[in-house]
Amino acid sequence: METDIVQEVIEETATEQKAATTSVVAPATRAEPKPAYHLRIEPSRGWVSLKLRELWEYRELLYFLTWRDVKVRYKQTVLGAAWAIIQPFFTMVVFSLFFGNLAKIPSDGIPYPIFSYAALVPWTFFANGMSQSSNSLVGAANLIKKIYFPRLVIPISAVVSGVVDFALAFIVLLGMMLAYGIVPTINVIFLPLLLLLAFVTALGVGMWLSAMNVQFRDVRYTVPFLTQFWMFATPIAYPSSLIENDLLRTIYGINPMTGVIEGFRWALLDTNTAPGPMIIVSSLAAVALLVSGAFYFRRMEKTFAAVV
Amino acid sequence: MSNIAIRVEGLGKMYRIGGKQERYRTLRDTLTDAFTAPFRRASSLLRGQAYGAANLNETIWALKDVSFEVKHGEVVGIIGRNGAGKSTLLKILSRITEPTEGYADVYGRVGSLLEVGTGFHPELTGRENIYLNGAILGMSRAEIDRKFDEIVAFAEIEKFIDTPVKHYSSGMGLRLGFAVAAHLEPEILVVDEVLAVGDAQFQKKCLGKMSEVAGEGRTVLFVSHNMDAVATLCSRAFVFDAGARVFGGSSSEAIDFYYDSIFGRTKKQSHIVFEQPATLQHTATITRIEILDVHRNPVSAIHTWDEVVFRIQYAAIDRIEKGSIILDIRDRKDQRLLVMDSGLKVPIRKGVHQIDCVVSRMPLASGEYFLSAGIAVSNSQWIWREPHVGFLQIVGQDVFGIGRPPAYSRMMFAVEHRWVDSSGDHTAPVK
Repeated sequence: METDIVQEVIEETATEQKAATTSVVAPATRAEPKPAYHLRIEPSRGWVSLKLRELWEYRELLYFLTWRDVKVRYKQTVLGAAWAIIQPFFTMVVFSLFFGNLAKIPSDGIPYPIFSYAALVPWTFFANGMSQSSNSLVGAANLIKKIYFPRLVIPISAVVSGVVDFALAFIVLLGMMLAYGIVPTINVIFLPLLLLLAFVTALGVGMWLSAMNVQFRDVRYTVPFLTQFWMFATPIAYPSSLIENDLLRTIYGINPMTGVIEGFRWALLDTNTAPGPMIIVSSLAAVALLVSGAFYFRRMEKTFAAVV
Repeated sequence: MSNIAIRVEGLGKMYRIGGKQERYRTLRDTLTDAFTAPFRRASSLLRGQAYGAANLNETIWALKDVSFEVKHGEVVGIIGRNGAGKSTLLKILSRITEPTEGYADVYGRVGSLLEVGTGFHPELTGRENIYLNGAILGMSRAEIDRKFDEIVAFAEIEKFIDTPVKHYSSGMGLRLGFAVAAHLEPEILVVDEVLAVGDAQFQKKCLGKMSEVAGEGRTVLFVSHNMDAVATLCSRAFVFDAGARVFGGSSSEAIDFYYDSIFGRTKKQSHIVFEQPATLQHTATITRIEILDVHRNPVSAIHTWDEVVFRIQYAAIDRIEKGSIILDIRDRKDQRLLVMDSGLKVPIRKGVHQIDCVVSRMPLASGEYFLSAGIAVSNSQWIWREPHVGFLQIVGQDVFGIGRPPAYSRMMFAVEHRWVDSSGDHTAPVK
């Protein structure tokens, strides 16, 4: 964290309002021109700060980009937003048929369809968020080349816009629970936190991959593989209780999605795999991904406009 | 001292061309590089070259050691040929790229306008795009709400405000883009050649809006090839050449300096109006333009009504099936008088080739003109463009046989015509 690209000096308060607060008058009539805002533009080296405050100033842009993604996503598709449901739902049907009925994989005493669907809903959110954000920078090349804004806005909005799809798929999940007569426990109040954990994981990976994608277009071809491998490394088609050793199960939490999925099942379906130490490991891993991803992203940021 | 809006000190920007770093590459390239690099280094050391010397010639300074100051409320024009570093300067000031050396101090919020309609989404309606584009340009939602009606009125798209932008004509899209941008209110505005959009009427409106902005006491940096616009809008102007600021002064002095520099450059080799090495940045570039007469002999001056051949040499990295080469001739006021467009009929072949543009009868009256050249692909996307590539001297000759050769001071064009006495029984040309 040596030199920053830009040091924001003097009276930050004026920057709160984007509409220029200093009234713009001809210099002659201006009594004591005191610029409210000063930037120094100079070369940066090595690791740079995250500049979270600036990110916060650009929250409206984040809102608009997310809103655009949501609006545009299912334009000119026949089924429209139904796609948000079709993807996890039919995966569930296939899983139930092969893993549940044929392979007879245990499901912690829960009907297999709902067991797998409760996992597929957060998983789909994660997987889509990861792949959308990985390709987000390359897709926004013309913005990056023409306008300045904190580039982190782009992968973040790509993940955030997936929340709408998640909500749609989640409604179906509630419907299925109703059909199976499963009443969620009080633990549902933890769901937002679990969703946040999935969000953090997706964004952490997304920041790494999107910044790498600018340099190496290989990433685009890697993501589908990665998603597939990751899915089988996560207890979606099977319960993590297959691992009997407690220590090993905790270590399994290094995959943050393990914590998310088992957490979802615990909160909604009351499985007895109360996450405990596993979710702590998952959270730590997710935060590590997020922080390292953000710094890597910021470090590579200065090359984006020239390379993308 | 506190009256300074922008202070630039020793600013420089280096790009690697043909090199590896600034272009995206595949992981395989990196891996093979990592394996072969030690051997390459070893062999270059064995040959007695300094380590890394092989890479030095792959860099180019788009901007080198530029220093200047702009005061609050000044409107400064920046002129120069393509590749002079103007756009690089604007990109650094608007923080899109970082400088390689030096620094710039900016006092006040910078709004940059390097392109019109950045981030427009074709599926969204005009209304939605105004909000999206406004947010991208740095306006708050409240600000856009406040200016919404003004923007719509300026763009003249009231009727289509709820139509997806993909159904707009290209002119409407440009108008909407400019309208949003024109309602930005930063303390410092950085503008790149965006006035050259739309039809003549809209351009006039844009220019009017720009002078309104300039009149409000805002600081504006304005890059343009339109000398008329620079002369009317800017009090001061800088001339850039080959990455350096070569002149700074009043805008009329700067424009004279700029024209003289083009003039001076072409005087040396009279029949070659333009010459530059090929670059790899563009798929195709024009590398030379030569003027020949009817017998295909090189000439330095063209006579009115003579056959003139513009022999264009281009270098293309790839074949372009539907490309066109476009020449235009402008007067000193930057008014486009003639356009010669090869259409999409002549394929641009890979490699270095030559193509002739034969003007069988040059209609221009005697005077000094400027030649611009460009290569475009379908739907008028420029892949290479250079305004003011060269200077053209048209020498008058008494084509009408009236003792006075047509000159620019009296007319622009000399058209073939005759006078006929139509009162008598038989019509005969008037002698």
